[in-house]
Amino acid sequence: MRFTTSTMDLMPLQASQPFDPSKYRYTGPNVQPRQLPNTRSQAPITTGTSVIGLQFDGGVMIAADKLGSYGSLARYQNIGRLMRVNDHVILGCTGDYADFQFLRDIIDQKMIDEECLDDGIVTRAPALHCWLTRVLYNRRSRFDPLWTTFVVGGLDDDGKPFLGFVDKLGTAYTAPQIVSGMGGHLATPLLREKMDGQPPLSEAAARELLIRCMTVCYYRDCRAFSKFQIATLKAGSIKIEDDLEVKGDWEVAHFSKEHA
Amino acid sequence: MEFFFHCLQTTLVAAEFPGGVVIGADSRTSTGTYVANRVSNKITRITDSVYCCRSGSAADTQALADIVSYRMAMHEIEMGRPAAVRTVANTFREMCYQYRDDLMAGILCAGYDRTHGGQIYSLPIGGMMVRQKVASGGSGSTYIYGYLDSNYKPDFTAEQCVDFIRKGVSLAIHRDGSSGGVCRVAIITANGVERRTFTGDQLFVPQ
Repeated sequence: MRFTTSTMDLMPLQASQPFDPSKYRYTGPNVQPRQLPNTRSQAPITTGTSVIGLQFDGGVMIAADKLGSYGSLARYQNIGRLMRVNDHVILGCTGDYADFQFLRDIIDQKMIDEECLDDGIVTRAPALHCWLTRVLYNRRSRFDPLWTTFVVGGLDDDGKPFLGFVDKLGTAYTAPQIVSGMGGHLATPLLREKMDGQPPLSEAAARELLIRCMTVCYYRDCRAFSKFQIATLKAGSIKIEDDLEVKGDWEVAHFSKEHA
Repeated sequence: MEFFFHCLQTTLVAAEFPGGVVIGADSRTSTGTYVANRVSNKITRITDSVYCCRSGSAADTQALADIVSYRMAMHEIEMGRPAAVRTVANTFREMCYQYRDDLMAGILCAGYDRTHGGQIYSLPIGGMMVRQKVASGGSGSTYIYGYLDSNYKPDFTAEQCVDFIRKGVSLAIHRDGSSGGVCRVAIITANGVERRTFTGDQLFVPQ
């Protein structure tokens, strides 16, 4: 176990040695493979709920609320669960937030490495989706899962919108609409009703549909929160809107009779 | 020595004000239902300008604090300047995440640095790290979420912030069996750290 590290490790022994940037790579905490025999998978601690993603004409849009739940306690009410990976990929994460932060740092370092390589190859959404699948499946196979579900969005190599799902078991698929968490039960039917067999949505229609789904999730998911973010990716631009809030329509409360 | 069930004993609170942070904690260490130490000090120095509040297993958090304190001392020697609060918090986080299955540690890491002023980082069990303006931890914190949410103002003076923290810890002590004793407070600003202890009558007791 290496508890102590020093920046002296990074200094060249002689001034004449060239600067070696690879020594400054962030390698993450030394998460060792769990030693067998072991039959316990970890339990998630601080968790995020649903992430909703959908494709529209020319891009993808992903939304997630800003809550980290500590069991039933709505403990951290200003955390972002959406991530801009690079100019071509956005992703959102459901599940354990510490595991999301761990992978986020590793993905950030991958993007730095890619920029340093500077060979014209950029990671697009299908590639990141594939990599995430392999990572999560590998951890699952060691009985030490990263207790997270990812929704990865972007444009594929042909410029068509791509949306992919990977969960903690390494189950992966792509679809025109992807919802992780409890929203999978609440929002997926709403999205499919509007999108199946129809021409692709416009960006405005997609945003309206997404906000409607976030509203329904806020009504019906105990672990949801009213403040949320939307990330929109189109060819050449990524926009993350941060201070959105579900207001909701509670008029129906006045219609009910005495109990229930 | 702490023997824990599934809850964390302790009440920890921290709040930012313009110019620094104030952190506070109770002083009860329990072994089951016996109070092992009624005047313990849960506010621990990491560097001269970064302190941490510890909740969870006393052994785990003491070991973590010692290790992080050592690493930050080396870091400060090499860098030639005080460590940034985020650096300290991140060092905690790396270890808390790496050994998440073996540790029971909930930490509030707070301090002052010249770049970003007063900052508080919450590191709950599980190894995530998030910056907050008001943070709380420990079993007693559940009783005062309402108080903290409704009474915090971002433009407190230092004294108002101390009062806010003192009342919060007192209210938690009032209701949480695992918290008690005195309220210890530390005020961290550009001028350094001032520590205070509020005992007996100086705690706030609701009528």
